[in-house]
Amino acid sequence: MPNSYALMDCNNFYASCERAFRPELVGRPVVVLSNNDGCVIARSDEAKGVGVPMGAPYFKCRSMLERHGVAVFSSNYALYGDMSARVMRVLSRFCPGVEVYSIDEAFCDLTGVPGGAEAFGRRLRATVQAWTGIPVSVGIGPTKTLAKLANRFAKKQARCRGVFDFGTSPAPDRVLEWTGIGDIWGIGPRHAKRLRKMGVDNALKFRGLKRDWVQKKMTVAGLHTLLELRGLPCLGLTDGPASKKTIVSSRSFGHPVTRLEDILEATAKYTTRAAEKLRRQRSVTSNLLISLETNTFKLGQPQYSNALSVPLAVATAHTPTLIRAATSGMERIFRDGYQYKKCGIMLSGLEPERGRWLNLLALPPAHRPDDRPLMQAVDSLNSRWGRDTVSFAASGVKQGWKMKREMRSPRYTTVWKEILTVTAG
Amino acid sequence: MPLYTYPDSLTGVWVGQVSRFDYRMRLQLGLAGESVAAGFPSPAEEYLEKTLDLNEYLVPRPEATFFVRVSGDSMIGASIHHGDILVVDRSQTPRPGNVIIALVDGEFTVKRLRKTPTGLELAPENPDFTPIPLSEETEFQVWGVVLHVVHKV
Repeated sequence: MPNSYALMDCNNFYASCERAFRPELVGRPVVVLSNNDGCVIARSDEAKGVGVPMGAPYFKCRSMLERHGVAVFSSNYALYGDMSARVMRVLSRFCPGVEVYSIDEAFCDLTGVPGGAEAFGRRLRATVQAWTGIPVSVGIGPTKTLAKLANRFAKKQARCRGVFDFGTSPAPDRVLEWTGIGDIWGIGPRHAKRLRKMGVDNALKFRGLKRDWVQKKMTVAGLHTLLELRGLPCLGLTDGPASKKTIVSSRSFGHPVTRLEDILEATAKYTTRAAEKLRRQRSVTSNLLISLETNTFKLGQPQYSNALSVPLAVATAHTPTLIRAATSGMERIFRDGYQYKKCGIMLSGLEPERGRWLNLLALPPAHRPDDRPLMQAVDSLNSRWGRDTVSFAASGVKQGWKMKREMRSPRYTTVWKEILTVTAG
Repeated sequence: MPLYTYPDSLTGVWVGQVSRFDYRMRLQLGLAGESVAAGFPSPAEEYLEKTLDLNEYLVPRPEATFFVRVSGDSMIGASIHHGDILVVDRSQTPRPGNVIIALVDGEFTVKRLRKTPTGLELAPENPDFTPIPLSEETEFQVWGVVLHVVHKV
């Protein structure tokens, strides 16, 4: 039996999450702003229709948004994360295999589903919509790359009614012809540009290229894309996303920050978050990268940005150790006299908790005090009683640098005080 | 195993965790009420196996279940009071007789879906309120079916 993969993609996910609890906004333009209400990061189709550009700084397009009656929201990741988990759970309930690809996309294995993949895809779509309120599109094909292409077609062509299946399509080549070279999953902008120069401007033309040529010019990744377009699966469905290779925690400040103390508090806070993630995926890290920058969009102000890699002698997930390393690094790159906008940390030397490399100079684990019980206690307290029930003093008490989210919707699904109110009147 | 906490103060969302998210609370109530004396083997120990999970009882499909709060007293007759929390399931097909969350004129309302000789209506359970008949002109949408009411006594 041939393989059948589906790519399920939530339509305008963040905007759809907001609408699930504000149905009066269905059919009206909606945008969501980035952290700190900086710029537009998500748009409903209607917002695209009135010409709101992606990534537009909020202060620049504010009057235009008001003029068009666009509903504006600060980002509400508590809500988006929960709604994403719900969508993924619905998929897992009905599909034999699911690989969560991003917050709003998942690959599903529909090989051998009863009634055929397309009908199954339609039922899946209706179920996700009904159960969670999130509209989705489903693309189906014999490989993941074709499923991705099919999804894009389903989304852009109204007559598909949200689902497109290469397997039942009367003219699959027309869809490949319709797909621009830069819109193929796995072909980056650089390769797309080069191929376009040669006249290879759509997926159908790319599919016809010689195998050896593609492998030589685009390495094995390009070859996989080629074969997948020909219907030969090269990319399998993993049971779930692999552990992350890096963990990033960075944020813009609510207002310009000038004092080292504030930067260090923020650094400690982000490090705490990153360390939590690290422990959750049962990893340790041996390297962290810290960065600091001013607001490059503010003209006429002195600009400075710097980053520093801080290696650790022994890989660890011990928050205090990581905070010490991060803050000492930050002290070294901090310069007085600038208005800082953002700082962040990235954990890069990730290794599994078990089987970590040992350092010649460091004590073997048996002779080192075990830091894990403390960290486990901290994590369980925070997960049971809410984030930051216990926190590290280094991250400060006031946190004046915290971001603003003036238009954030209620956290309908995660905070009792903010759940939806219905009228019995 | 730690519960998933939301990365609401981080850039991006931790997808690897989302897929492993567990809705169920970890608060479980033991069946055996007696406390166990230290040093003495409890004769009840062998019988302590499964604990009762209220979520299991109230929330059959967590991914489709939402909690909402009630404002107003038109549903008193159905034991739904002002300030109560309703457990709403969006996966259920609404049938006459169900208490539902409906969207009428852009507002969420809780009513009982009832069959009348002429069609369907959204009926209050309080004589001080009047039912809303559902005709083709009524702008109306079912948002979910109410499974339970959580009421503080």
